[in-house]
Amino acid sequence: MKLHSLTAHQILDLYKSKQASSEEVLKDVLSRIGAVDSRVRAYVRLSNQKSAGEGSAAIPIAIKDNMCTQGEEITCSSKILKGFHPPYDAGVIERIKQNGGRILGFANMDEFAFGSSTENSCYGPTYNPWDLTCVPGGSSGGSAASVAADEAVWALGSDTGGSIRQPASFCGVVGLKPTYGRVSRYGLIAFASSLDQIGPLTKDVTDCALLMNIIAGYDDRDSTSVNVPVPDYTKALINDVHGIKIGVPKEAFAEGLDSQVSQAVEAAIEQLKKLGAVVKEVSLPHTPYAVATYYIVATAEASSNLARFDGVRYGLRQLSANVRKTPVIDMYEETRAKGLGDEAKRRIMLGTYVLSSGYYDAYYLRGQKVRTLIKQDLDGAFKDCDVILTPTAPTTAFKVGEKASDPLSMYLSDVYTIPANLAGVPSISVPCGFSKEGLPIGLQLMGKAFDEEMLLRVCFSYEQNTPWHTKKPNL
Amino acid sequence: MSQEFETVIGLEVHLQLSTKTKIFCGCVNVFGSAPNTNVCPVCLGLPGTLPVLNQQALLYAIKVGLALNAQINPFIKFDRKNYYYPDLPKGYQISQYDLPVAKDGFVMIKTDKNEKRIGIKRAHLEEDAGKLVHDDRGNCSLVDYNRTGTPLIEIVTEPDLRSPQEAYDYLNTLKLILQYLNVSDCDMEKGSLRCDANVSIRPIGQTALGTKTELKNMNSFRAVKTGLEYEVCRHKQVILSGGRIIQETLLWNDEKAMTIAMRSKEQAHDYRYFSDPDLVPFTINYKVIDQVRAELPELPQIKLERFIKQYGLSEYDAGVLVIDQAVAVFFEHCCQHYEQSKKVANWLNGAVLKEMNERKMGISELKLTPVNLVALIKAVENGVVSNLAGKEVLKAMLDSGKTPAQVIQDKGLVQVSDDSALMAIVEEIINQNPTVVEQIKQGKPSAAGFLVGQAMKKSGGKANPKKLSELIIRRISNA
Ligand SMILES: [Zn+2]
Repeated sequence: MKLHSLTAHQILDLYKSKQASSEEVLKDVLSRIGAVDSRVRAYVRLSNQKSAGEGSAAIPIAIKDNMCTQGEEITCSSKILKGFHPPYDAGVIERIKQNGGRILGFANMDEFAFGSSTENSCYGPTYNPWDLTCVPGGSSGGSAASVAADEAVWALGSDTGGSIRQPASFCGVVGLKPTYGRVSRYGLIAFASSLDQIGPLTKDVTDCALLMNIIAGYDDRDSTSVNVPVPDYTKALINDVHGIKIGVPKEAFAEGLDSQVSQAVEAAIEQLKKLGAVVKEVSLPHTPYAVATYYIVATAEASSNLARFDGVRYGLRQLSANVRKTPVIDMYEETRAKGLGDEAKRRIMLGTYVLSSGYYDAYYLRGQKVRTLIKQDLDGAFKDCDVILTPTAPTTAFKVGEKASDPLSMYLSDVYTIPANLAGVPSISVPCGFSKEGLPIGLQLMGKAFDEEMLLRVCFSYEQNTPWHTKKPNL
Repeated sequence: MSQEFETVIGLEVHLQLSTKTKIFCGCVNVFGSAPNTNVCPVCLGLPGTLPVLNQQALLYAIKVGLALNAQINPFIKFDRKNYYYPDLPKGYQISQYDLPVAKDGFVMIKTDKNEKRIGIKRAHLEEDAGKLVHDDRGNCSLVDYNRTGTPLIEIVTEPDLRSPQEAYDYLNTLKLILQYLNVSDCDMEKGSLRCDANVSIRPIGQTALGTKTELKNMNSFRAVKTGLEYEVCRHKQVILSGGRIIQETLLWNDEKAMTIAMRSKEQAHDYRYFSDPDLVPFTINYKVIDQVRAELPELPQIKLERFIKQYGLSEYDAGVLVIDQAVAVFFEHCCQHYEQSKKVANWLNGAVLKEMNERKMGISELKLTPVNLVALIKAVENGVVSNLAGKEVLKAMLDSGKTPAQVIQDKGLVQVSDDSALMAIVEEIINQNPTVVEQIKQGKPSAAGFLVGQAMKKSGGKANPKKLSELIIRRISNA
């Protein structure tokens, strides 16, 4: 039996009936990594953990390289953090360990989560398991690819503007960005603090609910964590969407949307209608400004969050051969010049600019106002519907290198995913078909704040009535 | 050409709050530990860590705001002040920009003629940075992050101060209020109270403010005053000689007694303040504010007025008492046992204060209770010991912690009022000073004081001076 190709809930059933042990599962997944990762390059580093995990929930997991884990090197796939060993566990890592999880290793990502292709990594790109000449999406591309390639049973990613959902879509897996405040950010190396959220990447919707049961919950070390009760998400796995109101924004099927993606999503809408859902058109008039707003808010926060990487305390320190300004300022400049990649520099400069005196009102302040309008758009739409449905990404996975020199077209890859981050609402991507080229297509649902259950229910119903999640790439 | 100028000064005081733990993490908030021992991932700003506001720091800030007659903002937030410095581990300081804890307050200060109101623009919470230590031998700088994350409240005045003396008076008044609140040790030497000053001058009658300079690095109130005096003088010289003041930040060098330019306006940081997304803005419940208000101590100015009224003290005596809150409390305890409040004030402001200064101790550290001090004062008033001996008794009490009765007995200091015992001394003194005796006989009774003094000395301070005086006059007039 190929244990590595199973879902977590299938493996848990085997544990229960004593047909497999956590050691066997771990061994099988590790051998799968050995067999395919030289081609996929999902991992940047395997973990030092010795045990196979303990207890009934000992599922091997891949962790994005931006969640602090004691005893490991964590780098955000950046040169500047090479050699950084956090002396503490992130909130989600504690929960994984408490549940007996086995951390397989740390998954590749765009440096500091800046990107949509996992090409901006100091370790080089990750490749899409469905087509190794394509990108896996990003920034949680390593996490998504590891699950798609059966190199992990499930994975954690982080999503600031689509970094879980877009790679889930590109890799044909399920990816959920929970409500802002649902999962602790403590120990997640911040990109944009008001947008970042950790979430699951899994092989199906049931696993997504199971992993949410482990990671969701209040953490008093994170002031933005919200203290509301955590439901048993598996209870939301109901194969019934009768009467559930699905809003489809008319703005979603606009210019730039690939026709194959459009067709697959429209077919999914028809399928949901057949299953009894009520589909209605809604309008989100401010969403065309979402990408611009996002690149103001997110880069502003990033420019400040990344200021701590200065060579003083940890990570890379590059001293200057000859004094230009002062030894300390030279060290800052050289360390950051050498340690940060082009996209990180681009975003730090953008963010510094929009916060600068004289420009703050025109950019950052206005960006915050538009953010409020986008949130109000969604709030308004949710008065009339339970979920909002769009494509996850305007295209399927693109070729490695295709957009590397065109940041703007890369940024547009997140046009559908960004509004949920700006509004703080939960959002999920599930597979909804394949292109002629055999590349996966994703369907995105957004829900009301703290109503991940509705997303899981609709996706579970859809999944039970479609074959997409059973397909595997040929590796 | 003579031109009259008006000085305009505004002060920024940074006060470290003596909370148990730091402002955004659980590290203990103490001074003087070995370098980098009171640190954790949060205050070291390690990647992934997040701040959580210490509620005690917020309550202390509200307390300070209320004591400065300020409005407590019902809705507050924290902002990031972005700049690079090795002692700032996150590359930004968490502070408050547009929604501080408190705004629009005032402090009343005493000037030569009357009282003056100094506006408090704002008081906000922020985190302290670490400390750079320069290692000459290693030819490098070392950073100690123990201080990082110590809660600070920054208190900013309106430009209401009109002279370096007023600035000095304001600082003393402010410090006393802050000491009464018991939220900080207010120790400038340890850096728990720091002060920066903005100063400008303008021709009298002009409403627009002149160009200001900012003074930093004054490590005493005296230095603030001297630095400002220097700077006002410099401004005048520059303007009168036809020059222009440049807006800049200056460091005060106390040894050389002069200011040194640090950075100009052009070099000033653009701090790129923005709301800290890691700390959500929140409302302060009015019940919390009311609770803090109810727990506010009686503030020095109110206490001073009450002492004058309730105990009939002079403004001077009341003023000296309230300068030390513990002494003021001690005074009132004494007054519960003794109605002669002025005598208590005299003892406290005289002999006891002298002992406190000599021993470098606060009143609570002295081995002295209100009951014992009152017993001592009574012993003097009732003639059991002389005033002079009383001070000796006080010293002995502080050394041993004994009651005055015990000390008086141990030392045999009971005042001698017994005629026969004193007569021997009187005889001896009269015999030794025939000239003085003659003067008294000639109708100069004031000369008797000299003989009383001599006799007191002879008795080792034990004689009752009143009794001595009577005996001497009687002996001379009977001769
Ligand atoms: Zn700490």
